[in-house]
Amino acid sequence: MTVTLELGLIYAIMALGVYLTFRILNFPDLTVDQSFTTGAATAAILIVNYEFDPVLALGAAFIAGALAGIVTGLLHAKGGINPLLAGILTMLALYSINLRIMGNRANVPLLGHDTLYTWFGNNGITGWTLILVLAIIVLIVKLALDWFLGTDMGLGLQATGDNEEMVRSFGVSTDAMKIVGLAVSNGLVGLAGAFIAQKQGSSDISMGIGLILVGLASVILGQALFKNRFVDRFADSVVGRFIFGTRNREVLIATTAVIIGSIIYRAAVQGALAVGFNPNDMRLISAIIVVIALLIPRWRIRTKSKTAPKSTVNQAFQETTDAKA
Amino acid sequence: MLKLSNINKTFFPNSINERVALADVNLELADGDFVTVIGSNGAGKSTVLNTIAGKVTPDTGTVSIAGKNVTRMKDYKRAKYVGRVFQDPMAGTSPDLTIEQNMALAERRGMRRGLAFGITKSKRQRFAEELEVLELGLEKRLSAKVGLLSGGQRQALSLLMATFSKPKILLLDEHTAALDPERARLVTHLTEKVVAEQRLTTLMVTHNMAQALEVGNRLIMMHEGRIILDVAGEQKAAMTVDDLLAQFASIKDADISDRTLLQ
Ligand SMILES: Nc1ncnc2c1ncn2[C@@H]1O[C@H](COP(=O)(O)OP(=O)(O)OP(=O)(O)O)[C@@H](O)[C@H]1O
Ligand SMILES: [Mg+2]
Repeated sequence: MTVTLELGLIYAIMALGVYLTFRILNFPDLTVDQSFTTGAATAAILIVNYEFDPVLALGAAFIAGALAGIVTGLLHAKGGINPLLAGILTMLALYSINLRIMGNRANVPLLGHDTLYTWFGNNGITGWTLILVLAIIVLIVKLALDWFLGTDMGLGLQATGDNEEMVRSFGVSTDAMKIVGLAVSNGLVGLAGAFIAQKQGSSDISMGIGLILVGLASVILGQALFKNRFVDRFADSVVGRFIFGTRNREVLIATTAVIIGSIIYRAAVQGALAVGFNPNDMRLISAIIVVIALLIPRWRIRTKSKTAPKSTVNQAFQETTDAKA
Repeated sequence: MLKLSNINKTFFPNSINERVALADVNLELADGDFVTVIGSNGAGKSTVLNTIAGKVTPDTGTVSIAGKNVTRMKDYKRAKYVGRVFQDPMAGTSPDLTIEQNMALAERRGMRRGLAFGITKSKRQRFAEELEVLELGLEKRLSAKVGLLSGGQRQALSLLMATFSKPKILLLDEHTAALDPERARLVTHLTEKVVAEQRLTTLMVTHNMAQALEVGNRLIMMHEGRIILDVAGEQKAAMTVDDLLAQFASIKDADISDRTLLQ
């Protein structure tokens, strides 16, 4: 239980980054698979070789991830390279760079050095207390992202993923917005990588491979669960207004959904392990979870249009367009 | 206010798809001019507007706005001077953002966008007041997603967003063409009102000749990339739809005689 929550919460930071590119910017960014390791490697080396404060190492990991994002952004915006290809190119290049960062080793153990987790251990932060602390950290990241997306710049960024022609006609540089978005996104991914490295006690060259699927699964699972009438109605209620506000509600609900999605994804993975799948099956299981999450909205439409075709046509249409978007 | 000098634009030059979109276009607009633009399909009307907005870079010639040469300025930088409403009601707004978020975005046209809150109480109040002018009840739905609005409502909102930050030039490209007659009338009425109130220098493309005569103080007609008629003031006021049709017919005749001459 606590393992599920712990991993779910840490990976939620990465999933928030994936949400920013995939959902907000509409940019399928594959940099993530290696920028995660970039963050982990940067933090590990700083801690091992330079006795860096573990918290500062997290900050450095964010910056390292953000730089990776900027490279992808420049390749796309200034070089005119297709988003998928731009991400893949950076990802491939990062593999070598990550090995360099780690001093041409595939693994940097943190054993015997002070990390966040040794600090947690020394201060009795374990079990449920640890979950609480992690929940607060994730909440802070979420609130920061919510705030950012609600600023003047954030609105420009949101609209860039929605209607490029229109935001340009209002004087927004869509190139700049994409670069900023990719930087923040990969920064968060790098931050999550550094966190995981400190948790597992090492940075490993292959630790990020396939993570894009995990991020996507969280985003899509969250959305599949949160895009319905009940959530909309709750958001309209007094309590809902208090939690989600009205100024940037769509984003506040979505980021909440991503965090829940990340935890549910972990639960599904743990469940699969519990019923006898082995860790080598994880990629397959991730892919199946994503497919299921993608199919949920379609099933819903079908069952609904069978029971009450007329009154739900609009809603069904709404959901089809949502599913496409 | 706006000056186009010797603009030429050919798409896909030296290929079988070569299209001369603009041929030696010269146009000067005085401050507060409201010009309607007519012409057959493919005449180059949209290309003129796109050249002014910076979407299309001319092969030759210069574009200047308020005395400033902007020929090489990127479209999003030029947006500081230019407000646009597109033909497609979906094109002028961001469907996933709310009405007030769209307006907040529009309000900062050409300004720096920093990390201040996009929506504040005072902005909300201001937006509500602006929206009241539309008389569509949108001021009560500030936090509704724009994607939920009808085409007419979105177009009215687009018009408001394009104008309330007072652009130097307003470009309207068949912005009522996709609406039903009643909505079209409403948006046309709003257009006249806003342009008059703010004395905006405006170019409005339309296929409706009666409207082209009724609205604005000047009219230009385009054909095959050229401006072939430019009337203003009294002269425009005295024109009728039949006069315009006669003009169109005479161009076609001229075309035919040109072709027969070539043979
Ligand atoms: N981006 C482009 N690429 C290639 N050709 C273009 C492009 N834009 C316009 N053209 C061509 O330039 C010519 C003028 O087009 P334009 O869109 O300006 O006409 P229009 O007067 O606006 O016509 P309509 O009334 O149909 O909107 C046409 O032949 C068109 O095919
Ligand atoms: Mg056109």
